[in-house]
Amino acid sequence: MADITIRGLRKSYGSFEVVHAIDLDVRDGEFLVVLGPSGCGKSTLLRLIAGLEEISGGEIAIGGRVVNRLEPRERGCAMVFQNYALYPHMTVADNIGYALRVAGVSKRERMERIARVAKILELDALLDRKPAALSGGQRQRVAMGRAIIREPSVFLFDEPLSNLDAKLRVQMRIEIRRLHQRLNATSIFVTHDQIEAMTLADRLVVMNAGRIEQIGAPAEVYRRPSTHYVAGFIGSPAMNFFEARAVAADRIEFGGNAALDVPRNTRLPPAGNTLILGVRPEEIQITNANGHGALPFDVEMVEELGAGRLLYGRLADADCVVASPSTIASSTGQRVFVRILPESVHLFSAETGGRIEAAG
Amino acid sequence: MVERTPFLDVLTQVLLFLALLVALAPFAIVAIAATHDLRTVNQVPMPLWPGHDFIKNAAEAWERADLGRKIINSILFAGGVAIGKVVIAGLSAFSLVFFRYRGRVLIFWLIFITLMLPLEIRIVPTYAVAANVLSPYQTLLDLSGISWLFEKMTSYRITLHWGLLNTYTGLVLPLIATATGTFLYRQFFRTIPDELVEAAKMDGAGALRFLKDILLPLSKTNMAALGTIMFVWAWNQYLWPLLVTTDAAHGTAVMELKELIPGSFGIPDWNVAMAGTLIIMLPPLVVVILMQRWFVRGLIATEK
Repeated sequence: MADITIRGLRKSYGSFEVVHAIDLDVRDGEFLVVLGPSGCGKSTLLRLIAGLEEISGGEIAIGGRVVNRLEPRERGCAMVFQNYALYPHMTVADNIGYALRVAGVSKRERMERIARVAKILELDALLDRKPAALSGGQRQRVAMGRAIIREPSVFLFDEPLSNLDAKLRVQMRIEIRRLHQRLNATSIFVTHDQIEAMTLADRLVVMNAGRIEQIGAPAEVYRRPSTHYVAGFIGSPAMNFFEARAVAADRIEFGGNAALDVPRNTRLPPAGNTLILGVRPEEIQITNANGHGALPFDVEMVEELGAGRLLYGRLADADCVVASPSTIASSTGQRVFVRILPESVHLFSAETGGRIEAAG
Repeated sequence: MVERTPFLDVLTQVLLFLALLVALAPFAIVAIAATHDLRTVNQVPMPLWPGHDFIKNAAEAWERADLGRKIINSILFAGGVAIGKVVIAGLSAFSLVFFRYRGRVLIFWLIFITLMLPLEIRIVPTYAVAANVLSPYQTLLDLSGISWLFEKMTSYRITLHWGLLNTYTGLVLPLIATATGTFLYRQFFRTIPDELVEAAKMDGAGALRFLKDILLPLSKTNMAALGTIMFVWAWNQYLWPLLVTTDAAHGTAVMELKELIPGSFGIPDWNVAMAGTLIIMLPPLVVVILMQRWFVRGLIATEK
């Protein structure tokens, strides 16, 4: 039983505040991923929960117990660090078992538990080695073992996969997910890699500049980003944005003379006000010149991805990326016609950056 | 970098060899002189071919300078200073690097300043304190009038006295504070990643546990390096042991070397003096050779 409740959490270094009044509830057994760019305060948030940094304001409760003043060891958290932070002079077995040794667990029990953890992580054959003699992935697994062996109620992961090469990262991602299904401990995973975030998370927290922008299931965050920032941050290639004006209750104009009918019940601002139109590259269709709502798109560069192509160019006086299937021929310098699907656009307020929803 | 300059290669080798000769020549002369008898060693020029009397000379030097006793004294003294320095420097650097407290920077600079105050400069006050460790407190009591008050009230005069002259403590203690060692450790401790410290915290290790289980094993090479340097340095100390010890029982080997040097009107038995020199040189040499592997590693690189 270890849900985490965070209320009005603040952290400042001197007069410089890096975490602004965060509220967050993590359910027992949930895998929560905190996603954000470098310097958004996500690692600080994790370290505040772990107790490695002192809280400047607010409250953190783990399993109903306020832990603000508790030492890291009393909080029942285990942490996996970005650089693994293995003790270089200890063998793998000693590294994994160190927390138990500190806790005064008898040698016999310690060896048993080390063996059990090593088995889960397939480290059995490496127990006598020093960290220097391990590969990146193996070190990563030792770092995980060190966390698992304490049977903590909360796992904290601080960008643990960012030092691995791409292939190993995918593999470790799956292993972490599998491990979570097996141990079912509350986990908070901090990353700046959105694929990692999307694939691992039960719920996703997007942070920016010390604030939480959105909390939700990965698919929901992708489909209905609640702010302009989240819309631009989630999704690769990034969402295209156009400056737009409301011209009627269900019609917007953007980039000179392009216009788009939006669903009738959208809560558009009064006619004449500006807003931001967001369209994902994969939601722009290539069509023929006289199709309904066709807009000219000048291709400036083509990126071949194998399964498809990314067309970079100008659409309605703005830079724009279009994801096109590789069956459609397209080349640099060509003018093609594209259509934006009205039901798939995202509209954001130009002032607040908040999402403009369809009513009801 | 790959360079092909055969001429320069030869030149540097020759230069190195010459430098080696220059460095070794005095030792060679000491070693050769130690093997001659009294007459040969005083020939001008002294023959550069070894004689046969080394054992005799060494035995004579050992006897005359009471080297058995003195070398044990020296080992106690130099060992005590080396261990003391390793411990004190390690602890002070541990505090300076891993704890955040008020005045930390000030303390660091105070330690730094002592680099500019070697023993020779503060020899008089240091001697005064060694003669009576409590004298600063006595002065305080006297100046503040507490002694006077106490004497008036109880008719007892406060005299605090704790002398360290002619003791091993007095030999060792004033020499163990070391700015150099604190620096060496500080630089090394700062290369230890923060995450390692935090990992230990998460594993539940407190400060002392961290020191014992993680920091000390990681700084073994540094301790060996500092210990070796300081052992040799302390072994070669002359001024301080000369001041603090007046009875022969506490004298060190290097002090006793003076006894072997012939006086102006004595017999010029330089062969015995040189044999004694060789014997006294031996222990630090053994220490350096034994510690060499660790020592070099500790000075040039931090083990990953």
